[in-house]
Amino acid sequence: MITIDRVGKSFAMKNDRFVALENVSLEVAENEFVTIVGPSGCGKTTLMNILAGLETPDAGQALVRGARITGPGPDRGVIFQQYALFPWLTVRKNVEFGLRTAGVPNPERRERAQHFIDLVGLHDFADALPRMLSGGMKQRCAIARAYAVNPSILLMDEPFGAVDALTRVRLQEQLLQTWSQEKRTVVFITHDVDEAVFLANRVVVMAARPGRIVEIVDVDLPYPRTEELRLSPDFTALRNRVWSAVYHQEPVA
Amino acid sequence: MTVVQADAEVTTGSPAPPERRHRGVPKTLLNLLSVVLGVGVWWGFSLGGFDIPAPPEVLKRGGELIADGTLADDVLASLGRVLAGFMLGVALAVPVGFLMGWYGVVRGLVEPWVQFFRTIPPLAIIPLAVVLMGIGETPKIFVIFLASFLACVIATFQGVVGVDKTLINAARVLGAKDGTIFARVVVPASTPFILVGMRVGLGSSWATLVAAELIAAQQGLGYRMQSAQLYYDLPTIFVGLISIGVLGLLMDRVLLFAERRLTNWQERR
Ligand SMILES: Nc1ncnc2c1ncn2[C@@H]1O[C@H](COP(=O)(O)OP(=O)(O)OP(=O)(O)O)[C@@H](O)[C@H]1O
Ligand SMILES: [Mg+2]
Repeated sequence: MITIDRVGKSFAMKNDRFVALENVSLEVAENEFVTIVGPSGCGKTTLMNILAGLETPDAGQALVRGARITGPGPDRGVIFQQYALFPWLTVRKNVEFGLRTAGVPNPERRERAQHFIDLVGLHDFADALPRMLSGGMKQRCAIARAYAVNPSILLMDEPFGAVDALTRVRLQEQLLQTWSQEKRTVVFITHDVDEAVFLANRVVVMAARPGRIVEIVDVDLPYPRTEELRLSPDFTALRNRVWSAVYHQEPVA
Repeated sequence: MTVVQADAEVTTGSPAPPERRHRGVPKTLLNLLSVVLGVGVWWGFSLGGFDIPAPPEVLKRGGELIADGTLADDVLASLGRVLAGFMLGVALAVPVGFLMGWYGVVRGLVEPWVQFFRTIPPLAIIPLAVVLMGIGETPKIFVIFLASFLACVIATFQGVVGVDKTLINAARVLGAKDGTIFARVVVPASTPFILVGMRVGLGSSWATLVAAELIAAQQGLGYRMQSAQLYYDLPTIFVGLISIGVLGLLMDRVLLFAERRLTNWQERR
């Protein structure tokens, strides 16, 4: 349903151009959970911005259900690497933002916002401003905000990057639980190899300079994924494979 | 479906507003002490042979000026000029600042002029204003207007330019179009800058007032002080100075209060 077809993107530098993405192709099936791992600066965020419709590729094209992406759309929810909550709006108002722009009338808007606020466990903080929230709570608010508009595709850019290890594990399990109950297509970017393998149907490994896909690892572990699975030899083997793909990349001339 | 339930790091109870720290002596007490000390030093100087009036003398003159209504008239005249100039300045600066920040073309066209006029002290405009606008209220209000406009337009513009790109992107992926982004992201995000600009603008408005009242005024604190100068009437000059200071401070406090209320969502250091 998502087709990335020989996409290239470069940015103007002082004298020359910096190639952020070169010849990137990837197909993501309906309801698939794909994670993207790669070193910093390999173009993960750039790729996500292209899928979100915030940047246009210089070469190739990106399509959703056969239609070329020309801008942001309500079918794609985005969770940014920085939380990007509106600091002057309360948690509730942040979650309602997308519903307001979609013209959802008030009683329903409030109800839907409340539903997703409860879902991410921010009930007691619904009327708090973002500055009063911890990093993990901000992240959950951003998740609720993206979920509220009910997108069929979720694009998540290192959503759990800034939370502690314990919260992170919990958020991962809860994300998978939601995904298995209400299927969506998820493209999830991370630095964390464990996280990438634990969540995904497929792990896409990228490399930098130029930003490109070097390997795609199928993760044929059953869902639901449990704590025991993390310790299983199958998991470890896959993790090691992804790890070496990420960290033992041959330098290109 | 259940995602991301409440977990360990959620603290209990409602979030407490950040408390202002009091270290030792409360701030207001220190401020009060400082005022008393200042007046004491002033008094000391006047007793010590300096040719300035003592506090009681100034207080007495203040009482007289209040009793015969002169002070009220002067304050009203000056306040009227400052407010008229200031409000016109802000009313023009905010939209111009927004346009400059939002449209590159407007920025390119307007910025050289703003930067140019910013280097000219508003007082230096007075001769020109008198020649072009005569000696009525217009030139006085104009220079005050110019002073506050220049301070506020820069601040607004910088506020708009500095709006976090990720917030605009977040709004876009939530379906917001340009108009919505402007009203619901750019305006609130630049409000703190505008309010700071307004405070600076108000400061320069007051700073310009006395000089503006050099232009054949019949009333006003600046005019009163200048005519007092002719008669070597120091107490009246002191009353004028103190009035200007107190009024400026009060207006600044009002804006500061508005700033606190409107931008209390900001993370404070
Ligand atoms: N707007 C831009 N202008 C110039 N260069 C850019 C721009 N956006 C990204 N880049 C460059 O493109 C490269 C890829 O950036 P990107 O943000 O996609 O990396 P990333 O894989 O998300 O990294 P990280 O893991 O650190 O978030 C970086 O080297 C970055 O400097
Ligand atoms: Mg990134």
